[in-house]
Amino acid sequence: MSETKLQIQNLSLYYGTHQVLKNICLDVLSHEILGIIGPASSGKTSLLRALNRLNDDVPKFRKEGEVLLEGENIYTDLPVWMVRKRIGMIFALPTPLPLSIYENVAYGPRVHGMNQKKILDKIVEETLQSAFLWDEVKDRLDHPAMRLSGGQQQRLCIARTLAVQPEVILYDEPCSGLDPISTAKVEEAMTMLKSRYTQILVTNNTKQAARVSDRTAFFLMGEMVEINKTEKIFTIPQDKRTEDYVSGRFG
Amino acid sequence: MEVKFSRPAHHRWIEFAVEKAIFGAGIISIIFVALIFLFLLKEGLVLFRHYPFTNFFFGIQWSPISEPPRLGIVPLILGSLAVTLGAVVMAVPLGVCAAIYIAEIAPGWLKDILKGTVEFLAAIPSIVLGFIGLVTLVPMVKNIFHIPTGLTAFSGSIMLAFMAMPTIVSMMEDSLRAVPRAYREGALALGATRWQTIYRVLIPAASSGILAAVMLGIGRVIGETMAVMMITGNSARLPTTLLEPVRTMTATIAAEMGEAVQGSTHYSSLFAIGIVLFIITFLINLTASAFIKRRK
Amino acid sequence: MRLNPKITEKIAFAFLFLSTLVIVVPVILITIELLKNGMSVMSWKFLTESPRMGMRAGGIFPAIVGTVYLIVLTILFALPVGILAAIYLSEYARDHWLSKIIDVAIVNLAGVPSVVYGLFGLGIFVTFLNFGTSIVAGALTLSIMSLPVIITSSREALGTIPESFRESSLALGATRWQTIRRIVIPNALPGIITGAILALSRAAGETAPILFTVAAFYLPHLPKTIFDQCMALPYHLYVLATQVPNVKAGVEYGTALVLVAMILILNLMAGAIRSHFRKKKQW
Repeated sequence: MSETKLQIQNLSLYYGTHQVLKNICLDVLSHEILGIIGPASSGKTSLLRALNRLNDDVPKFRKEGEVLLEGENIYTDLPVWMVRKRIGMIFALPTPLPLSIYENVAYGPRVHGMNQKKILDKIVEETLQSAFLWDEVKDRLDHPAMRLSGGQQQRLCIARTLAVQPEVILYDEPCSGLDPISTAKVEEAMTMLKSRYTQILVTNNTKQAARVSDRTAFFLMGEMVEINKTEKIFTIPQDKRTEDYVSGRFG
Repeated sequence: MEVKFSRPAHHRWIEFAVEKAIFGAGIISIIFVALIFLFLLKEGLVLFRHYPFTNFFFGIQWSPISEPPRLGIVPLILGSLAVTLGAVVMAVPLGVCAAIYIAEIAPGWLKDILKGTVEFLAAIPSIVLGFIGLVTLVPMVKNIFHIPTGLTAFSGSIMLAFMAMPTIVSMMEDSLRAVPRAYREGALALGATRWQTIYRVLIPAASSGILAAVMLGIGRVIGETMAVMMITGNSARLPTTLLEPVRTMTATIAAEMGEAVQGSTHYSSLFAIGIVLFIITFLINLTASAFIKRRK
Repeated sequence: MRLNPKITEKIAFAFLFLSTLVIVVPVILITIELLKNGMSVMSWKFLTESPRMGMRAGGIFPAIVGTVYLIVLTILFALPVGILAAIYLSEYARDHWLSKIIDVAIVNLAGVPSVVYGLFGLGIFVTFLNFGTSIVAGALTLSIMSLPVIITSSREALGTIPESFRESSLALGATRWQTIRRIVIPNALPGIITGAILALSRAAGETAPILFTVAAFYLPHLPKTIFDQCMALPYHLYVLATQVPNVKAGVEYGTALVLVAMILILNLMAGAIRSHFRKKKQW
């Protein structure tokens, strides 16, 4: 087995008195794509937001348990910007910043103190290529990112996240607003990125998890019901609830 | 390609300094409210060391330079009240009607013109309106009612009603716009005429917004100073009819502060009037914002 | 007798239209009056000369200069504090108990009569801080009066920036301030500027707050420092209209016209900025 990248230890999350995640223990391995499936309000998105520490500013948010990134506690050992740099996040809806295509990608490096134009140029080109977007936009890098199509915008968001050289990338239902062709392109990009990054994919689309993830976890009502190799989850699930969900009986 | 990013150390200091400045600015705005009130209190309450509280609030004579000074604010309160009531009686129905016309009935091009005109009115300084009122309205009132002077509470009311209009109209318009489309369409679909829809659906639905508009209009009127001072005649007597000169609280402060000797009884009595004004407008604004909240 | 609903509607609409006319027509008449009488004295000399013959003749140059000084200083004082306070309220302390107190404070500051601000300015700036009757005391008074308006409009402008912009930026590792500086402020700036200009145009026309804090009845020379008194257009108009006998109406109207024009220019600027950026907006 490969080494552990992220250790989630007894993690519980609360918004006020409402508990959204119950005592999750989960190890994420280096260079795997971990799929997380489950019906709405099963706590998947909350888990991702906790890993990127986006909940920090949510009033009345509370967490118990720890998350370790290569042994370092992301809530106590690392500053928040460092956590977010090392663990990047792609949102459900493409959210380009109101800047040009180039500046969207260069934004991350810039806020982390990179100002050299030559290096920025290089980062922009490489990451756009990794996200399979370079050929489509290389002649109009100064155009506003908002004018790209939905699928292009989502790949731009991936490129933007890659530009800060993360170790882990979190995807929160990245294809929920995309057509099948755009979805295929995003999935292709994810597969190509496996060699370099650890990726966690939250999706409502069980087929997508089956297509791209190495392991898959099933979440239900804030609990992790089951985690296993993807083919096992989809062929011989251990838990009745998992079986019901993947076979489409509910959710 | 591997690139090492390194955040310059000064980032953290800038961040720290900026957040403190931002926090400080937030605090300053509270401090100012507290300061305004405390300062008024400090300068105003001194009055009651030399001058009985009841004589101030219930005295019916305001003659600060007589010996001894008589500092009863009843005539000033009545002056403010007369002018305000007069203005509200005129401004509210007119403003509400105009807002309905502008928001619901006027065709697009006319709507823009009307809204532009009302906005322009809001932009004219009160001193200019006061001046125009002085040279046009005041003689008009004098001639129409055959009275010795046109500088009356009535003239002031007209002017203030006019000045409160933009506040009332724009607040009203906002409230009408906040009524969901479905209400309108539902009523029209049932065969109601546009007027019936406005009358039976829109106005009730927008009622708390209308009340907020009225309250803010009153706040505007009661606090107005320059135009009232120029038009109402500035005579601190107990008014018996609207066609007499009166003097409002605001005008008293503005007119007499220049002559009052700092630290004198007169001086502190003007600050005491300031306290009364502050409290009145405070209450009006609280009520208005309660209505606005309910609208949402 | 019950009227036909169609006829009722006609009558009602006619009545509403008349009410609107009652408001709009006087505005038009006032404008015509101002223009007609004001233009009669308008000349380069009127704008650039000092008043003569006990202010009954000559120009209004010192009053224009004074008003410009007051506006500029008010911008310098009120804008930074107002914008920072708005940023604090909308970006840092959304559900904080403190922001609720500030909310109440702002609502009430906005409703305080301008003459009460004048009293406050007199008490704190002129007397307590010993600035004397001076430009700086007046500008500070006007600043405090403008603060609530600037804060409220800036907050609204900041509130229009979608939450997703902030989260995307934060998720990349930008700090809160970096997010505000690079994403939030540039996109909210047109709205902030528009609101600020409108607040200033209001301040420029105010008389009561400067009555006892800065305004000079008549000054033959221009102010040298911000601790001097100065003349100001609104106060000058007040003096001409009520304190000086036998002024030619033209001089008064001219002063009023210049004041209204200045304020109108500020308003048009705000409108132009707003519509320019609304067209350019990408989201």
